[in-house]
Amino acid sequence: MSYLADIGLEVHVQLQTRTKLFCGCRTDFGAAPNTLVCPVCLGYPGSLPVANQEAIRLTVLTGLMVGSRINSLSSFDRKNYFYPDMPKNYQISQYNQPLCSGGALDFDFQDQPRTVRLRRIHLEEDVGKSIHGSRQSRLDFNRAGHPLMEIVTEPELHSPAEALAFLLALKQMLVYGQISPCNLEEGNLRCDLNCSVRPEGAERLGTKIEVKNLNTFKGVHDALQHEIERQTAALGAGGKLVQETRRFDSARGVTESMRIKEEEHDYRYFPDPDLPSVTLAAELVKAWAELLPEMPRARCARLEREYGLPAYDAQVLAADKHIADFFEETLRQGAKAKAASNWIMTEMMHLLAKSEMDIRRVKITPSALADLLKLLDAQTITAASAKTIFAILFEKGGEAVTLVAQLGMEQVSAEDTLERWVREAVARNPKSADDYRAGKEAALKFLIGQVMRLSGGKANPQRVQDLLKKQLE
Amino acid sequence: MTLPAWNELTVHEALARLEQGDLTSQELVTTLLGVIRERDQQIQGYLEVDEADALRQAAAADQLRKQGHKGQLLGIPLAIKDVLNVQGQSCRCASHILEGYRAPYDATAVERLRAEGALFVGRANMDEFAMGSTTENSAFQVTRNPWDLQRVPGGSSGGSAAVVAADEALAALGSDTGGSVRLPAAFCGCVGLKPTYGRISRYGLTAFASSLDQIGPLTKDIRDAALLLQVMAGHDERDATSSPQPVPDYAAALRKDLAGIKLGLPREYFIAGMDAEVEQIVQQAIRQCEQLGAAISEVSLPLTAFAVATYYIIACAEASANLARFDGVRYGQRVKDAIDPLDMYTRSRAAGFGTEVKRRIILGTYVLSSGYYEAYYCRAQKVRARLRADFVKAFQQCDALLTPVAPTAAFRLGEKTADPLQMYLSDIFTVAVNLSGVCALSVPCGFTSAGLPVGLQVVGPAFGEETILRVGYAYEQSTPWLERKPGRFL
Ligand SMILES: [Zn+2]
Repeated sequence: MSYLADIGLEVHVQLQTRTKLFCGCRTDFGAAPNTLVCPVCLGYPGSLPVANQEAIRLTVLTGLMVGSRINSLSSFDRKNYFYPDMPKNYQISQYNQPLCSGGALDFDFQDQPRTVRLRRIHLEEDVGKSIHGSRQSRLDFNRAGHPLMEIVTEPELHSPAEALAFLLALKQMLVYGQISPCNLEEGNLRCDLNCSVRPEGAERLGTKIEVKNLNTFKGVHDALQHEIERQTAALGAGGKLVQETRRFDSARGVTESMRIKEEEHDYRYFPDPDLPSVTLAAELVKAWAELLPEMPRARCARLEREYGLPAYDAQVLAADKHIADFFEETLRQGAKAKAASNWIMTEMMHLLAKSEMDIRRVKITPSALADLLKLLDAQTITAASAKTIFAILFEKGGEAVTLVAQLGMEQVSAEDTLERWVREAVARNPKSADDYRAGKEAALKFLIGQVMRLSGGKANPQRVQDLLKKQLE
Repeated sequence: MTLPAWNELTVHEALARLEQGDLTSQELVTTLLGVIRERDQQIQGYLEVDEADALRQAAAADQLRKQGHKGQLLGIPLAIKDVLNVQGQSCRCASHILEGYRAPYDATAVERLRAEGALFVGRANMDEFAMGSTTENSAFQVTRNPWDLQRVPGGSSGGSAAVVAADEALAALGSDTGGSVRLPAAFCGCVGLKPTYGRISRYGLTAFASSLDQIGPLTKDIRDAALLLQVMAGHDERDATSSPQPVPDYAAALRKDLAGIKLGLPREYFIAGMDAEVEQIVQQAIRQCEQLGAAISEVSLPLTAFAVATYYIIACAEASANLARFDGVRYGQRVKDAIDPLDMYTRSRAAGFGTEVKRRIILGTYVLSSGYYEAYYCRAQKVRARLRADFVKAFQQCDALLTPVAPTAAFRLGEKTADPLQMYLSDIFTVAVNLSGVCALSVPCGFTSAGLPVGLQVVGPAFGEETILRVGYAYEQSTPWLERKPGRFL
């Protein structure tokens, strides 16, 4: 018998607000432990939460991007359970009245358009971090109170690969919407998932198994793969599954049971009396909607239209908001569109992939790249020199013009110098010269290469070709 | 004529003398500290008094006055209920679980008083986490009623009321969740004000029940209550439940007559089972208000009988979450040899909390549990909404309500500790005010034959503080009760 998997995701997204959800502490990543804290986010006696309006706006914007219903009235609730990294031993979340209900995310999976419906999007506070040692645990509350948006999907995904495609599309949208930087290594995006399997053709969903705390997309993929195999095998062998919550051991690639349904917490949700309900006037939501940032598809179309880029170039650049941003900034600094596109799609992406870097962290600035392309366009430097300089700029930063001067890379077009290199190249390679004279065009290419080598890549290739032809006539 | 003892002055009297130069803050504080040393052995109203710090604050205030600084409370010492955060002072909420905790910040109310020059000389005893009606639930000591040392001062702000009544303080701050300022004020014969919910910021007030808690002053007269309210009231961006409503000039509302004022007597507050002497004293006070020009009529608050049950469900539910933070992780007491977090929580909390606090946490956890939530918490919220509507309706017929504060005068120590339900009934006339979010005050209105003070409760609509202060002031100024002092100290 073959089985079908039904997968739902709960994605927790750290919002890119300057300050925490209920206090004025900054949200910077990587600060020394317990330096971004105050009585409110430490849960000191008498402290009170005040909701961050920017976090509410970003959550509503997300809802608008996926067509959710924006609830004119929503409220914060207390979710009660004890854990050392949760300062108040309750988490302020939204239970009965989330900011956004419904909605759907469209994405492409295996070249087919897919739509997965969303159940809700709500806002809650993050907890601190426990750092476990062998004999004691330590706590860092810098993250406690960071605004966290939770996006809950319907169980409408059917494979690990499809779940991955969904997450990539979601991440792309959130980055484009300037909702979250979505740096997985900084914990900006974390997932819980639920997964069940049922015999192909069966109407009712199978027994729901939840897997908590997945910090990487690969983890989501692998946990799902393991769960589907495990559940399918259990059912195939005539066994039964119990509703339970599991955790994923990424080292071993397997999930293991945390607690069964009967052991689930009773969170005793109730409205937080410290926080008045959030009311959102229709005009305000409309005003926010008008400021929605451009989405990937629209940007792709605009790159084609505005700069005359080929469809392929526009698609590659628009896939990553920050790459598209870099491209457009390079144009604003005076570069020509197609040249900038070529260099970003080849040299830049090659070096990014090789160094596993995000374009936001590279040293080369759009203005340096624009200068470099201008020098190339004006034939001040050769393409070969440009590549060398690009690599240096990528790694160390700096100004293109200064580097060209420092390295003496100005293109040489002076007739006498070029002629000297041409004569030398021909003298050293008499066989190639003969081959060309005998009609072998490829020999000319070889000789040009030899001249370029003698010049240290600085010779003007067009002039070298003309001179070679003249010499060999 | 002999000079009055400085400690017996009201705040406004002391301010007048400080301004005239008859008195320095250091003299005032020195006198007060002497009285505290002498009397608090018996009264046990203070948990902590830092004498050196009090004198330092007084010297600084005198210095400021010399430099020409003005402040509405410059140089005035206050007693603070142990539930309010005063930076650098301990703030244990009369609980073992907060031993060692020192407040890292000022409550907004404290900050505003400090900005006007007030001094913070001592921590007043209270029922642990403000849970109780007698102050017997303090983990540290039992405060005595200055009028009869064998009787309770009321609670939960019993320490604040007792030190004001015993002239160990000029005035004090308390907090009122279900009557915790008004009841001890009535039992100890001082003025206690519970402002409208949202009138004074709760930031820095350790929460018992967040939707009910309000800070309130305990004072020797109405004028002082108006003055302290004036300084503390107003919106605070750190408390989302604080009101942006503008703050009027409360002193300007104080007048000696009640011409044109309509006062309502809620039928359900004059019930069988009330102490006959207390009822007669309150009736006498009502007649006095009528003579001052008020029109008296009967009104109805039909759901009064459900108020106590509703109150305990909501207050305990909120408390069960509010007190979850006392876990030994970040501050306060932690058991030393816990084997895991759960062990640390259970043993730290078992050792740190007293019986009444545990009782209410368990009750609150129960009413929020799945399967019981609808029947208890949700239903209580519905009753609360209707109670509130009843008050709105009553205030369409009158400007303020007159009721007793409690069905009896102060009872004996230990008299009700064995029966929590009996104890909860002492809140019967006060809790509906918190559930409805309106304002009320307690003003002394006479003494029983045993010499115990009785309080008259004046209840006003939301943001009706000017009205109840006016009623309280006119009544107080036309009666001799303020002049009486607890005999043993004369
Ligand atoms: Zn903070």
